[in-house]
Parts: sequence; structure tokens; C-alpha cells
Amino acid sequence: MYGKEKDLLHSFVNGKISRRGLLKRLAVLGISAPTAGVLANAVATNALAQNGFDWKKHSGTTVKLLLNKHPYADAMIANLENFKALTGMDVQYDVFPEDVYFDKVTAALSSGSSEYDAFMTGAYMTWTYGPAGWVEDLNAWIGDTSKTNPDYNWEDMLEGVRSSCAWNGQPGGALGSEDAKQWCIPWGYEQNNLSYNSEVFSKAGLSVPRNIDELLETAAAAQQAMDGGYGIGVRGSRSWATIHPGFLSGYASYGEKDLNVSADGKLSAAMNTDVSKEYHGKWVKMIQDSGAPDWATHTWYQVGTDLGAGKSAMIYDADILGYFMNGGDNAQAGKLAYAPFSANPESPVPTPNIWIWSLAMSSFSNQKDAAWYFMQWASGYEHALFGATKMDFVNPVRKSVWADEMFRDRLNNSYPGYVEMHDVSAPGAKIHFTAQPLFFDLTTEWAASLQKMVAKEVPVDEGLDQLAQSVDRQLKEAGLG
Amino acid sequence: MVAASAPVRHKRGFKVSKRWLPYVLSLPALLTCIGILIPFFTAVAYSLQRYRLSQPWAREWNWGQNYLNFMSDPAFWNTLKVSLSYAFLAVTLELLLGLGIALLLQRRTRFNNTVSIMLLMPLMTAPALAALMWKLMTNPGFGILSYYASLLGIEDMRWASSPATAMFTVVLVDIWVYTPFIMILLLAGLRSLPRQPFEAAELDGVPRWFVFWRITLPMLTPFLLTATLFRVIESIQQFDIIYAMTQGGPGDTLTVFQVEAYLNFFQSTNVGRSAALLMILWAITYFLSNLFIKNWLRLREKARGEA
Repeated sequence: MYGKEKDLLHSFVNGKISRRGLLKRLAVLGISAPTAGVLANAVATNALAQNGFDWKKHSGTTVKLLLNKHPYADAMIANLENFKALTGMDVQYDVFPEDVYFDKVTAALSSGSSEYDAFMTGAYMTWTYGPAGWVEDLNAWIGDTSKTNPDYNWEDMLEGVRSSCAWNGQPGGALGSEDAKQWCIPWGYEQNNLSYNSEVFSKAGLSVPRNIDELLETAAAAQQAMDGGYGIGVRGSRSWATIHPGFLSGYASYGEKDLNVSADGKLSAAMNTDVSKEYHGKWVKMIQDSGAPDWATHTWYQVGTDLGAGKSAMIYDADILGYFMNGGDNAQAGKLAYAPFSANPESPVPTPNIWIWSLAMSSFSNQKDAAWYFMQWASGYEHALFGATKMDFVNPVRKSVWADEMFRDRLNNSYPGYVEMHDVSAPGAKIHFTAQPLFFDLTTEWAASLQKMVAKEVPVDEGLDQLAQSVDRQLKEAGLG
Repeated sequence: MVAASAPVRHKRGFKVSKRWLPYVLSLPALLTCIGILIPFFTAVAYSLQRYRLSQPWAREWNWGQNYLNFMSDPAFWNTLKVSLSYAFLAVTLELLLGLGIALLLQRRTRFNNTVSIMLLMPLMTAPALAALMWKLMTNPGFGILSYYASLLGIEDMRWASSPATAMFTVVLVDIWVYTPFIMILLLAGLRSLPRQPFEAAELDGVPRWFVFWRITLPMLTPFLLTATLFRVIESIQQFDIIYAMTQGGPGDTLTVFQVEAYLNFFQSTNVGRSAALLMILWAITYFLSNLFIKNWLRLREKARGEA
């Protein structure tokens, strides 16, 4: 490398110039933006090596990962050579599609296999893995200065996201409490907000809905305006995954809960209150009037691809679906817009329930310290910035990445409104469910009840009373109610 | 160059005494049985426990409590009803269609032979893939079958997405995949029947429907029973078609045993309930298998007695 380039990179590492300044000056020197980005990332990784931390401590060790096929995993794999150079470690990984991924994780962990040292998971899954003794409490590593590099900056992670991955293991225990165990490290996350087709909206003269009533009206009007499409995409399959995105985000905006926790720690159903019944009624009507005809089989995949293909006018679902559908070879690429959303007209601050792709450490790993080296690098600032600016690692969980001008510019140029949506929603973004071991049973049954209500097999009020009765029975059977 | 000398092989006799020979010969079968019996008894043990992986502290023997819980659990009775309905509908329709096609292709002609081979194609398709294929074809927005339905005046057909038509849709896929199995079995049976009774009936001018009811069908019964046995056992354990198309929904429309057991284990990690469900499924399968085999044996005895 020539002298000028070297000087520039050193100035960047020493904080004398910003990332944007570095790339501009490298461009003047004839280095293209992609190359400059890679160089900056390599230099940032080099800088990590110089922070006094012994990155080479586990040199020669190989860690094995279990990964879900996802842009987050792709970003990590694309940057892996930097980790290998930094630590002298090797990394092997198996990647599985999401359809079978969690079955594979459950099989690997329940058998006590030491094959995988770390793996991708959702925070909800750790409510099973943690109490079962399959994953480690990562507080032991995060707080150990001999094992965690001084630039890791755990506090840089968004508070709501960080605490959503921490639970004390007590059924009903508050997430992120003082005695909580950090079962996983947030990696990337999804808020649930509105992504809509701006072309459809402007042609039909529609404005962005601000509450559940407006959402129903707008979805119905959009459906009228579309030729053969439908108004609003939300998930509907018989799965817990139908409850956690838009549905629970809107539900939480009314201050409603899934379960009550009594003073003696007993749990009981809380979804058949009057407010909840009214909200459910509106949600069900919205799907009946303006949802996908085959809503009952819709997973995140159909919700996203229908928006990208122009079959739906908007979605109330994971924001990153709107992000991905606005690019690539999707028919509606470039036409999608974003808006924060709160269902409750009296509480305009959005309360998105969140899905967090996280990294967890297997309790059966024979090289936990080495696995932690990988985890802290993969969840560190340098990799997050690389992923966010060079790959599709959205949404990052670090405040510093969201503050990065390059990242914000990139989003503002190609995904107008995305940053604003994120910034408005981030303060209220967290997991709004009650942490407890029957999470998947109860939410799957909740989804099945919604399906019955939408199909008019049961009235909303009656359906919710039946659901609450069943939930209470299951909680009692499990010794939790 | 030195020519490599071939190794000298001595024939060695490995003698097993007559006393041990039966044990040695049955060893592979014994090992296979052990491979089946160990998981079986493990599942029995699990089904008698309160055992949830997410609540390891609460694991205990509760003996028959999981089974007793089923008695007061409407979800269990729904599962039983749905599983039996699915098996009954699928197998009955497949038998009727399989028999009809086999009768049409009974004569050995080049055309019939070619068609019978072509009709086996769905059987070569993995049921999960067939389900995904049908999921696309029945998509209310762009599915070809939805389009044909609209041509017939059936608008807004929601196939697997509606509780009213979900069972019909998955049974349709089952029929598409498995009717060829019944067809080929019955075709082989039809072609192996002795010709004399049919020739005698033809000479006597017996009407064809009478020949079918009084000669063909009784002689074909062992084949029908065999086909039914295989299909009932398989369809009552149906998983892939239903899970790939609806995950057991909408609502509880299609929560058959295997789907419930799968969700209980892999999603809820409720090992005890999942194992208890599978033990009940095993008991039903055992009962039905016995029923069919006893009838099959009875028919065989009857045929021998009459001979």
C-alpha cells in the first residue's frame, strides 16, 4: 500500500477522520468505493488487534457454528476472513434453511451434542433452551475483562433489544431484570411496522394510517384500488409466528398483556379482557375484509413476497421484509415506503414487538472461551458496521451503527423513510410477551383461535374466552397456573 | 521388476455347532428388534412422565396422568376425530379410484401397460413436495386449480386456507399421491386371477355386473385388504402433506396425531405429551392391523376350505 493511503487509514483508526471522510479521500486517490469499504473494514479489524486484548489466545482452535440461512449469516460469512486473521482461529459452520433450522437446533441441544459451539437463535427459543440447561449465561463472559475486548461496548446495544435477550428463568419473570441471565447476544433485529406500496397509495389518494381504525379503512380502500390484489398482508399460519409480529405490536399499544402474573408468581390468561376483545374484533375484521384470501397459510415469506410482487398494498409486519422487498428483482422494488405504527389512537408512540436473531453458546461446547471470541467479534461494532454498510445486515442492534452517517445515508438514499421509522419506534421496541416455558404452546393456540375467528367458526368474544380457559388449564397442568 | 506374488489363501472353515446355528441366523433380526424395541419402551417410559425439556425441574413420573389428561382435553378428541376421518376419507376414495382405474387397465395391451406405468409418477414424488406443488396450484390468487374452479363458477375457493375445504384439499393431494399404489396392487391382483371362472361365466352369459360382484370382487378381496391395510396404517400417520400445506390449521381442522406429536415435541418440547400421543397412535395402528390381518387370514382359510 502507498504512503498516502496508509496515512489516511491510520488517521481513520486513530479517530482523526470519519469513515465518510476516509472513503471520500480514498476515492480521490482512485480507490473505488467497494475496495475502500473493504480496506476500511480490514483496517478497523487491525485496530481491534491493537487494543491490547489478546485476540490470539485461541489461535489454532476451530469453532463450529450452526446457522440459519439468512442475510445476517451471509454477512458474517463474507467477513469471516478478517476474524480468522485477527484471531488465528478457524471457523466451520453448517447452514440450514429456516423450515428445518430450529428442529436441527433442538435435536442437537437435546441430545447433548458438543458438535456446535455457538448457534443462531431467536430470543423466544432461549426461554426453552435456558431453563433446560442447553445454553450458557453469557454474563460470565461479558463481564470478564480478560475474555472480552475493551472495545466491545456492551452498553452500545439498544437497551430494549439487549434486555429482551435476558431472563431470570422464573416463569413470568421480567425480561432484563437485575437477576436476569443473558441467554443470548442480540445480533440483528426486526421491528414490526408498516411497509406500504407508495404507488398504490398515491394513485388511490390514500394517506398513511395512524391507528387501527384508519388501518382497517386504508386497507379496504387500497384493496378497492388494486386490480386483483389485497389490502394488507399479515401472517396467518397456525404458528406462534402469526402472533408475534404486527398482531402483538398493535395489541401491546393498548397496554394489553398475554398473561397475568400474580404476586405468588402464578400465571393466568389475560387475553380475554374487554379491550383485548375489541382489538381482536378489529384485527379479525381487517383480515376478513382486506387480508389475503389464503391468509391462514401465510408465513413471513408469503407476506413479504406478496408485497414485493405488488399483490398486497401494505404489510404490518417485520420492517426488514419491507427493506428486502424494496430491492433486488422484486416487481415493486423502489416503490415501497415505511411508517411507524401504533394501533392505539390514544398512544401514538409505537410499541413494536421484536424478533431478535441472536447468538447463543451451547452448554455442551468443549471450548466455550474460544466460542466467546467468535461471538464477541460477530456481535462487535466493526462487524456490525461492515454488515450494515456493505451487506444486508439490517437491522443492526448497536446504537453506534445507527448513528453512522454512511449507514444512514445508504438507507435514506435507497429506502426513504426507513431510518425515521426505526428511530421513532426504537424506544418502545422490545419483547412484549411474558417469558415462560409454555410460550410456543400458548401462542400457537392463540394463532389457531385467530384462524377460527377469521373463518367465522367462533365469535371473537367466545373464541377468546375459550382460549383463556384452555391457556389456564395448560398452565395448571404444567404447574405454572 | 519383481513380479508380485499372489497371496496364498487358505480356505478356512467357520464352523458353528448346530446348537448355536439358529441363534446366529436370527441375530440380525434380533438386533433389528432391539433397535425398534429400545425406542419403543423409551417412548412408553416418557409417556408416563411429566417431562418438558423447558421445565427440567418438574420432571417426574406421573404414570397415567398424560393419558388421563387426554380424556378431558377437547384438543385430543379433535385429533382422534380428524385422524380417523382423514384416514377413512382418503383410503375409501383411493380404493374406489384405484379399483376403477385397475379395472379399466386390466387387459394386457401396450396402451394399458404404458398408461399404468405413467400413472405411477405421483407415487415417485415425495409427499412433502407434492404438497408444496399443490399449495401453488391451489393458491387463490394465481393457482391453476383456482382458475379452473372459477371457470366452473366456483369463485373465492380458498382450498386449504378455509376450514370448510381444508380436509377436502389435503385428501385430494393424498389421493393424487397414493391412488397409483392401490391401482398397481389391484391391477396385479386382477391380472393374477384364474381365468376359468370368468370364461365359464362368459359362456353362461352371466351379466358383467354380476361377474364383478360375485366373482371379481370376492376373489380380489385379499388384495383389497392388503392395499387397505398398508394405506390405513400410512394415512393415519399422515404428517408431511398436512404439515406442508396447513401446519394443522386452519384452527384445529387438521391437527392429526403426527402433527400434534411433532409440534408437542419440537416446538413445545413437551416430551411426555408427545410420547403419549404417539403411544395412542401405535395402539390404534396395532388394533387396525390386527383386524385386517385376522380378516385376511380368515379369508385365506375360507378359500382353502372351499378348494
